[in-house]
Amino acid sequence: MAEILADPALWLPLTFAGLMGLSILIYVVLDGFDLGVGLLFPFADEAEKDRMVASIGPFWDANETWLVMAVGLLLVAFPVAHGAILTTLYLPVAVMLVGLILRGVAFEFRVKAPERYKRGWNAAFFAGSALTSLSQGFMLGMYIMGLEVTLATLAFSAVTAVFLTVGYSFIGAAWLIGKTEGALQDKAVEWAQGGIWGLLLGIGAISVASPLVSARIFERWFSWPEILWLSPLPLLSAALLVALWAALRRLPSDDDRGAWVPFSCGTGLFVLAFFGMAYSFYPYVVPERLTIFEAASAPESLMIILVGAIVVMPMIAAYTVLAYVVFRGKATELRYD
Amino acid sequence: MDTLLLSRIQFGANISFHILFPTITIALGWVLLWFKLRYNATGDFKWMEAYRFWVKVFALSFALGVVSGITMSFQFGTNWPGFMETVGNVAGPLLAYEVLTAFFLEAGFLGIMLFGFSRVPGWLHTFATFLVAFGTTLSAFWILVLNSWMHTPAGFELRDGVVHATDWLAIIFNPSMPYRLAHMLLASGLTVAFLIAGISALRLLFGDRSRSVAATLRFGAVMGAVLIPVQIFVGDMHGLNTLEHQPAKVAAMEGHWEQYPDGEGVPLVLFAVPNAETRDNDYEVKIPHLGSLVLTHSWDGTIPALDEFVAEDGTVTHPPVAPVFYSFRIMVATGVAMLLLSWTAVALMARRRGPDGARWSVEALPRWVLYAFVAMALSGWLAVLAGWYTTEIGRQPWLVHGVLSTAQAVAEVPAPMVLSTLVAYLAVYAVLTGAYVAVLVYLAWTATHGKSLPTRGGTADPVERAVETGARPGATTPAE
Repeated sequence: MAEILADPALWLPLTFAGLMGLSILIYVVLDGFDLGVGLLFPFADEAEKDRMVASIGPFWDANETWLVMAVGLLLVAFPVAHGAILTTLYLPVAVMLVGLILRGVAFEFRVKAPERYKRGWNAAFFAGSALTSLSQGFMLGMYIMGLEVTLATLAFSAVTAVFLTVGYSFIGAAWLIGKTEGALQDKAVEWAQGGIWGLLLGIGAISVASPLVSARIFERWFSWPEILWLSPLPLLSAALLVALWAALRRLPSDDDRGAWVPFSCGTGLFVLAFFGMAYSFYPYVVPERLTIFEAASAPESLMIILVGAIVVMPMIAAYTVLAYVVFRGKATELRYD
Repeated sequence: MDTLLLSRIQFGANISFHILFPTITIALGWVLLWFKLRYNATGDFKWMEAYRFWVKVFALSFALGVVSGITMSFQFGTNWPGFMETVGNVAGPLLAYEVLTAFFLEAGFLGIMLFGFSRVPGWLHTFATFLVAFGTTLSAFWILVLNSWMHTPAGFELRDGVVHATDWLAIIFNPSMPYRLAHMLLASGLTVAFLIAGISALRLLFGDRSRSVAATLRFGAVMGAVLIPVQIFVGDMHGLNTLEHQPAKVAAMEGHWEQYPDGEGVPLVLFAVPNAETRDNDYEVKIPHLGSLVLTHSWDGTIPALDEFVAEDGTVTHPPVAPVFYSFRIMVATGVAMLLLSWTAVALMARRRGPDGARWSVEALPRWVLYAFVAMALSGWLAVLAGWYTTEIGRQPWLVHGVLSTAQAVAEVPAPMVLSTLVAYLAVYAVLTGAYVAVLVYLAWTATHGKSLPTRGGTADPVERAVETGARPGATTPAE
């Protein structure tokens, strides 16, 4: 430990890998729920759609900034990896970007364009959310498979694409349980109940398939004594799933108690899955090819970013909290006045 | 077409689409703060009405700016990996500071600015408006620092072909940064001035006689009239700075192929068709010595000619002349049109009185001036794009001047893949640009005809009535 701290060429890449991981995790949870709300659009009626958008309206932009932060950190801290990863994922990245564009503008256009186009922009909002989720899931699968393009890895990535989308829908439904009331909340509970099976199937399928398709991950997971350190992850995940199932059975409750339990448990599952993923890849940033130490920028450049990050991160946390406090409680109609 | 050219077109298309929206939000944020402060100071609800209309335009533009900006952050990796591999040690921290200090600030307070008027205290709403405006400007600062550094790199050394930062102050305050930043911020101000004047004129033509529209039309016209001479002055200084650091670009802008005999100086070429084959201008219309006066501030001063940027073996190291030459002229012509229109409008308002005898009345403006403002509503976009093409194509064949060529940085992605994504982007951008302009017109129409938007209250709203009388809401008037 001491020798790591003594050498900036060691602890700086580690710190930045940590910051980048944190940004990805925050992004997946925060944009996950607002992408999920978009994915649930086809199941809602017109008035409910307005309320669903109102529940994420003040937040979505800041949520997406975490994606810029994550890819920005990859870009600035591990520039070589940024190129290697993104040129391989060229097409899914392009699909995701088109998805993000459609979704972001549909937010605005659906209420500002003439009424007769609203259905079209609602469709664009759903399509954009779906394209974004599917392509992110696809990229996740390709990354797990070491960015190699074979029939098996493509098939695996297709599976992760579907299940990440299910995961986002679930956390979106869980968010709506907390942010809405009445008939829409009832619906959201049903959506979440349906999603929980998808979640179980998804985490299960990816956990089983990953070590089978990738010898490296098999090695990582099932060697002694590492398996001991890893064992809390599946156990905690199972506990959270049981808690989720129990909570959803009791919702919606009369006094709205426990309305945030599904979202909290869902976030917990995302966090655990993320740590499992991080554990499987450390210290590589490009699987099997580049470690974070090989890919890192010059220490003096990383240092100047770190200084800024240490000063600014608490401020970002503060006004993120402020925004969530100002717009706390059940979602109401979005008004400019 | 090859991957390099397609990748350049793709990046050009993405950044052209992107720049349209920050150009509006940078200055519009400050204008909204001004409207809010005027309301706070006078209590006149016409300012709040103006705020409410333009904050919708701001929200729409901001959303388009965000999503097109995300595209940019990925393009570095997908299409130009050589850029970050070579200059990542300089570009990285600058981009990181943009995200850390600016993006989160804007995004964090945008929700409060847009939807928080009745949820938070008035001062916090005003403060949120300030922070969003400040954030957009800060974002422009960092990105222009990086862009300027790519034109006039400083404060670094090369080790094993990789750029390492040696002096951050020299990097940030690189030679072209102050000029480029000022030029861009003023361009944003002018874009917004003419957008506000144009949309307000449109509402007036639609029949909107509200005091709020009169106020914003006057505001836009005066803002344009004040900023345009400043912009011409700053633009000239920026040009001189470019002459010092990137003379090949200026030679291309002027269509100055070869040196004239001693004492003849440099003419100003008003119009021509640059011919890369003959390395000369066809159909040239020029004014002798004027080029020398503008660029060297002397009668027979000279500037480097394009022929001086051709190596012994025939390798051309100056940018392609025609696109730089034309886009520069489009930018200047747009600026001249802005000057003529805004000064005419201000002069008319200052000299004539309106029907009610008031000075500075927009009623004094003849209809053709209103039509001209509508026609010029998006002139800022034209000037900004033309200006960017001038400076960015003018940087070729370099990506980072003298350090990294564009060809060295491009990714070896198969050309069909770049082409297919390019077509997808272009289709999306065409639809969105059309939808954006259509929605601007629609917002103007609904605001005029009182058809309430989903986000506005009905006529029973005390605010709406207050707008008519100019009183604070809640103050009862005898008529009620």
